[in-house]
Amino acid sequence: MPDVVEYAIRGVPMGCVFALVAIGIVLTYKTSGVLNLAFGAQAYVSAALYYTLRDPDRFGWPMVPAVVVSVLIAAPALGWFLDRALYRHLRTAPPVAKLVVSLGLLVAIPQIVNLDFLLGSQAKLAPPGVASEDPIYVAGINTSANEIVTVVVAVLSVLGLGLLFRRTNLGLQMRAVVESPRMTQLAGVNADRVGSFAWMLSSLFAGLAGVLVAPLFAQLTDLDFFGLLIAALAAAVFARLVSIPMAFAGGIALGVGQALAAGVLPADNVLSTGFRSVLPFAVLFGLLLFWPGLRDHAGGGDPLAGVDPPPPSPGGFVRPRWMTVLNRSLAGAGLVVFVVATLAVFDEFWLRVITQGIILSLIFLSVTVVVGLAGQISLCQAAFAAVGAFATAQLVDKTGMSVLVAMVVGAAVAAALGALIALPALRLSGIYLALATLAFAVMFENVLVPLEAVSGPTRQLKVPRPLLAGIDFANNRAFLLLCTALLALVAGIVLLIRNGTTGRALTAMRSSELGVASLGLSTGRLKVIAFAVSAAIAGFGGGLMATFERQMGRQVYQANFTFFVGLVWVVLVITLGARTVPGAVTGGLSFVLFRQILEKVLGVSATLAGSVSFILFGLGALTYAKHPEGIVEAQTQRFVRLVSRRRAHPPDDAPTAVDPVAPAEARP
Amino acid sequence: MTLLEARGVTKRFAGIVALDDVDLACDEREIVGLIGPNGAGKTTLFNCLTGVLRPDAGRVLFEGKDLGALAVHRRARLGIARTFQRMELFAGMTVRDHLLVADRAHRRAGGLPSDLVLRGRIHPSERDRVDRVLAQLGLLDDGDRPVDALSLGTGRLVELGRALITEPRLVFLDEPFSGLDRIETDEVVATLQAAHAERDVAIVLVEHDVTAVQHLCERVVVLDYGRVIASGPTDTVLEDPAVRRAYLGVTE
Amino acid sequence: MSAPLLELAGVHAGYGPFKAVVDVDLTVPAGGAVALLGPNGAGKTTVARVVSGLVRPTAGTVAFDGEVISGLPAHEIARRGVAHAPEGRSVFATLSVEENLALPLRQAHGTARAAELTDQAYAMFPRLGERRAQLAGSLSGGEQRQLSLARVLVDPPRLLVVDELSLGLAPVIIGEVYQRLAEIRRLGTALLLVEQYVEHALGIAESIVVLRAGEVAYAGAPLPTDELSQLFLAAG
Repeated sequence: MPDVVEYAIRGVPMGCVFALVAIGIVLTYKTSGVLNLAFGAQAYVSAALYYTLRDPDRFGWPMVPAVVVSVLIAAPALGWFLDRALYRHLRTAPPVAKLVVSLGLLVAIPQIVNLDFLLGSQAKLAPPGVASEDPIYVAGINTSANEIVTVVVAVLSVLGLGLLFRRTNLGLQMRAVVESPRMTQLAGVNADRVGSFAWMLSSLFAGLAGVLVAPLFAQLTDLDFFGLLIAALAAAVFARLVSIPMAFAGGIALGVGQALAAGVLPADNVLSTGFRSVLPFAVLFGLLLFWPGLRDHAGGGDPLAGVDPPPPSPGGFVRPRWMTVLNRSLAGAGLVVFVVATLAVFDEFWLRVITQGIILSLIFLSVTVVVGLAGQISLCQAAFAAVGAFATAQLVDKTGMSVLVAMVVGAAVAAALGALIALPALRLSGIYLALATLAFAVMFENVLVPLEAVSGPTRQLKVPRPLLAGIDFANNRAFLLLCTALLALVAGIVLLIRNGTTGRALTAMRSSELGVASLGLSTGRLKVIAFAVSAAIAGFGGGLMATFERQMGRQVYQANFTFFVGLVWVVLVITLGARTVPGAVTGGLSFVLFRQILEKVLGVSATLAGSVSFILFGLGALTYAKHPEGIVEAQTQRFVRLVSRRRAHPPDDAPTAVDPVAPAEARP
Repeated sequence: MTLLEARGVTKRFAGIVALDDVDLACDEREIVGLIGPNGAGKTTLFNCLTGVLRPDAGRVLFEGKDLGALAVHRRARLGIARTFQRMELFAGMTVRDHLLVADRAHRRAGGLPSDLVLRGRIHPSERDRVDRVLAQLGLLDDGDRPVDALSLGTGRLVELGRALITEPRLVFLDEPFSGLDRIETDEVVATLQAAHAERDVAIVLVEHDVTAVQHLCERVVVLDYGRVIASGPTDTVLEDPAVRRAYLGVTE
Repeated sequence: MSAPLLELAGVHAGYGPFKAVVDVDLTVPAGGAVALLGPNGAGKTTVARVVSGLVRPTAGTVAFDGEVISGLPAHEIARRGVAHAPEGRSVFATLSVEENLALPLRQAHGTARAAELTDQAYAMFPRLGERRAQLAGSLSGGEQRQLSLARVLVDPPRLLVVDELSLGLAPVIIGEVYQRLAEIRRLGTALLLVEQYVEHALGIAESIVVLRAGEVAYAGAPLPTDELSQLFLAAG
């Protein structure tokens, strides 16, 4: 089978690139506890910079100085900056908080790079590689100088890293920091500086990967680097986030596996064409489910881990009654103003924008349930919404079912899927669960959406507006009022759940799974419930979106439900306040309004408005570590404290947020 | 009548023997103290008994039944409750809500349907049960405060209340007095005695504060280096030279 | 008595709402040896961590050699000559014996001098020399203690803080280790010995401080063990 061998070897260069990023992920996870999702974006920064410098129309630099600046200077500088400005201050934050911050960067960084006055957002054609890409034959195998350089550089980098670790003082210090930063400090070593170096080094690897991989894509776009990130994550998880040699091996294996899949499988059906692109996600998902020993490594073995002060905790705040009254009056008054505005003021354009915002608010309440109440980071909410939308469209199309009924059935289908996705939650928690949902989200987009069974025929399916009690909601004003009523209904349900037995149990589980289990509650069951309810809400909102758009199909999917948009949703809701209805509603409205206000009111160009809003949403996540309760909630609490103090209540009335976890002297 | 019996419990971590063939028994309504110097394996033993850790060898029997590999929440449903040395309170929830969650978990009450229909209302009988426990622990005034704002001693009482409202047959208390000053400790000891007096519950407690152990426990078990080095009536054991040695490192 | 090398004044420290140490005063004279005693959970370890900078006091000051060091990062305090062997495992388990020695020695003296000092350490503890390439985590508890002591013996700090030295060690080895501590003292190092097991510490310390529930219950000349056990075990 010489063909097979040749295919396998062709996958090695790509595998090397995966391996470089995977090593960067493992390196920073070991030294700082951050699972840095932003490495994909950082790789893109270096790649974009390199090609801008090479581009004859812009700088036209030769290869060597362009590599030096983009890989050897810019990439480590970015890593250094992220460490100093962000991650160092998150050292004692829980892993999930670190993950959310890196998620925000993942969203924001490519948008910043794409700004016109930086590196430009125009589609770049296949950029030149570091070396020639002309085909050459080595030992009968079709390759290119660029691919050979890729392999050589990757292998040299890994060997160099090995030498650094084993032979140099800095490497020794890094290994010491991996085991215990505090004990390293006791040896007189500045552990922070060593940590910064680790960040620079891993960012250098990411930058290197970015520049090496770019010629393998047809165009230089940030989304391709997402695939790179997922593949690297799979390799890193294979290495249990600790072993650099295993991360290297995992990366190579994935590259080879992908090439084999492309070469050997038939190219004439969706499953096998999808298989190539999906392999990394499937591997990541599978590893997260079945790879033993993932959780054992989570704790680490730092004997001085108990020294650091506890991280800020969300909550610790009970609303005074007057606040609830004030909130309800404001909401009521707002609703009246809103209804009047809907009926009289908004023109068709703003009507459309606000309807979108209201539907998104409804969908965002699904984030409130799974992230806010249950404390599980789910990155596949857009997939749940899309399932609801597809199901609604197909039911209406095939059975002629009433659209409102179809939306409810669609929600039920999404709920079943949510429960299914939550099954891994029985085994996983924290960052691993988040990764599993991310892998599923990308898998859904690449494999399931192209299937006819999921998304229906290639043409867009017509979805009518509902007809209820003699009112035809084809009228946009009436439809907006319907959406608002449904939002209120779902918000009411979410509040009932939050204030009920389930909500209390979920809130309890969020801060202590062990505490909840010790009361006889099954945390696995609670997680499944949270995912199912959340997916149902998202699915219902998806159906609503379909009837709003009057159609559903792959185009509507691309416009509303891509996994990347789903990431932005979660980041935005977490930033604004994942536990409260105002958080979700503010999120939904700002998601659409912010961009439109920039564009229509301030006259900013459409692309810039889009980028700026995504950048702000992404960077907003950086506040999460400080305000895990969200910006809206933090401001509300500040307001309440201020008023309470004015009213000169006894100090007991101004609750302070203090963490209940009180480690005693560390014990073995 | 023996309520809990651990036989030959052994647990190793990466080659280090944390527990070596440990036996522990507790009768109904008994209060047993588990003492020993730092690193003796007390918390590890608790974790093995409550299902957080799986022992490498040995059996744990509760009411004569082998608990085997039963998960934490399943053991809890059999009537085994616990408190934690590093407290596991629910951030952002009030004291009353802690007890309410525990009460409903114990009665298997509530769920999505009742949340949506009953609007999460607290039934008068629930409020009575919760308030009864709060009153007994002297927590009534703190009932509507979030636990985050409580002192450490009050927090430990909340954990105790959360455990007691599930009407357990057996409660494990992991260092209930650590981090408390003498006055707070005395208060918690008195509260604990009162709570025990009117319940059909046995207590196994890990504690360093020997005074508190003397006040509370008829019987103590002393662990050292993962082995039981003494067990018996509290006063006798505390006079035991081997125990004094373990505590003071005196070798005469 | 000479001027104090280490002086804690009104130190409070804790973890979140947990107050581990309340208003502790403590001095160690240059070249002196002080034992910090008390039952488990009394706050001794926290005092040791405050001295080495791992825990920042919430109130009060720590002065070393006349300068306030509370608030400095731990590596800065270490460079001034305060060595802290923490409670429990105090070696890097994933580094080899040789690397465990090299890490602090290279930091303080550069690679060449560190190699000389490492050889001295092997001469002192031949057992460590035999196992120089082995991972420190695979050493026995006694050998791990030897390893952390070897480092301070060849490069004596100005103040050595040892937390629960005898924890997990066989009595014979405890005796041996204390002999070494006496040697370090002769080299001019002041000692702050944090101990739950008092006997050996009493043999070397000229003054003791007893903590109970985070507060100083006694400070002064050493007490006989029966009086100490009163302080430890009886109602306070």
